[in-house]
Amino acid sequence: MSTQAVDAPMVEMRGVHKWYGDAHVLRGVDLVVPPGSVTVVLGPSGSGKSTALRCVNQLEEIGAGSIHVEGELMGYREDSSGRLHRLHPKKIADQRTRIGMVFQRFNLFPHMTALGNVMEAPRQVLGVSKAEARERAAQVLTRVGLADRLEHYPSQLSGGQQQRVAIARALAMNPDLMLFDEPTSALDPELVGEVLGVMRELAASGMTMIVVTHEIGFAREVADQVVFMADGVVVEHGPVSQVIDAPREPRTQDFLAHVL
Amino acid sequence: MTTTTDRRGDDVERIHAVPVRYPWRWVSAAVVVVLAAMAVNALATNQNFHWPTVWKYLFSKQIMRGVGWTLWLTVASMAIAIVLALLLAVMRRSANPVMRYVSWVYIWFFRGTPIYTQLIFWGLVPVLYQKLSLGVPFGPEWWTFTTKDVLTASRAAIIGLALNEAAYLAEIVRAGLQSVDRGQSEAARALGMKDGAILRRIVIPQAMRVIIPPTGNETISMLKTTSLVIAVPFTLELNFAQSAVANRIFLPVPLLVVAALWYLVITSILMVGQYYLERYYGRGFDEHSPARGRRGGRQAAINAAHTTPEIGPMDDMGRPAGGGV
Repeated sequence: MSTQAVDAPMVEMRGVHKWYGDAHVLRGVDLVVPPGSVTVVLGPSGSGKSTALRCVNQLEEIGAGSIHVEGELMGYREDSSGRLHRLHPKKIADQRTRIGMVFQRFNLFPHMTALGNVMEAPRQVLGVSKAEARERAAQVLTRVGLADRLEHYPSQLSGGQQQRVAIARALAMNPDLMLFDEPTSALDPELVGEVLGVMRELAASGMTMIVVTHEIGFAREVADQVVFMADGVVVEHGPVSQVIDAPREPRTQDFLAHVL
Repeated sequence: MTTTTDRRGDDVERIHAVPVRYPWRWVSAAVVVVLAAMAVNALATNQNFHWPTVWKYLFSKQIMRGVGWTLWLTVASMAIAIVLALLLAVMRRSANPVMRYVSWVYIWFFRGTPIYTQLIFWGLVPVLYQKLSLGVPFGPEWWTFTTKDVLTASRAAIIGLALNEAAYLAEIVRAGLQSVDRGQSEAARALGMKDGAILRRIVIPQAMRVIIPPTGNETISMLKTTSLVIAVPFTLELNFAQSAVANRIFLPVPLLVVAALWYLVITSILMVGQYYLERYYGRGFDEHSPARGRRGGRQAAINAAHTTPEIGPMDDMGRPAGGGV
């Protein structure tokens, strides 16, 4: 946990750039996420919104700029002369423990039951005892409405149930921040609601969340801040009433016209 | 659920059609039976097979000792080879370029030279290096021993077989590790797991599904490759034992049959073991896996989840879509 003041940002991205070889996919992204808030990131595919999200927990290494989570610089250590040193992978792993992430394609561990999936990280990373991890896992799985699916393998669960297990898996680490990378894009339409329901409940409980999604309805309902990205930059950001209901930028208007 | 009794189908007249006939299946079965009978006849009635001699030697002491040694050579060399192969495969994927290069050179060398030559070499080591010592090159020696006391023929055979096999297995293991979806290690990394734990807990257990069938192949192949340890020379395994007996009684054929029967028996046992291993590592991957709890396809799970719109009371987790909390 951080010792920062309450109103210090949970996430602060400043001038973040990312290159894949010659492709310049992030071109100076600035984003501030206050603690306890829900930020929904919208944008056409290829706009860099997933990449930006993956930079926050260092699944992608950034090329320029800085990312602070709870006041801590991610991925680097700055020495007294201001020079950056890349952190050892083990240190970066430690930084990730307070950031949960949910993927578009669930990425559940198929050889473990729902309970096993949720117990794994607390056991391996936090060194929690087996009994304690099991109890905690059963709790979070109950919280996402899967109390009767503890011993099921992912292949025996529907997409919506799998994604809820994935959310429980992230929650079991007691994260301060949750990242959602298009969590409902791989789901059959009738299963989207149950996942959004869990996310809504999570938002109501005060969790800080960054959600990359195409669900405008969800954004309208839950988002404290909406960010619209295109071509690797934040084009527009602000409350729902501004970005979705009264967008100023033509690219935002164009995108919303296609989605709504 | 709204129960409508007519949906149960009790009052529906079912189709009772005449099934398709497959006469050629019967013809082919008859052909196979006749061929099998001919084969049995050809084997059983031919005096040259000396069946009484086969039974006499099948459980003889010398042959049984050969079976024991062959089994031990196979198990010990495969066990060492699997550990080494895992190490080599992980080194091949390592971020450390030194590790990658060492692994590549090892595989290049041990696949590139004949196993027979390697076995001769391991047999010759006590001659080439009569004393082995531990110490600093060109510097002091801390610990010295006589090579032939340590590198006995059976150990040389096991080391020779294992080091060669590890090179082949390493490629099998590498293929297995590559077969695991990248999203798996990514999800584990996002949870804060470190590389060692990700490999041990997430990647390797899933890779085993791909690794086991070809490794079973290699094990059965190794069972018969053990007959090459005569190159060391090591002379107690099954194939050498049978040929020793055959040369003594001047009857090669019945002893070849004895050895073949034992190789078949051991192979069968290994195949049973492979079946259970595959079943264990296949858990969670297919419908028939021995998972606890209710089985059934994805659709059954969807239905059972009571999350689809037409099914009655919504659960407490934010159903239905767009309904709000």
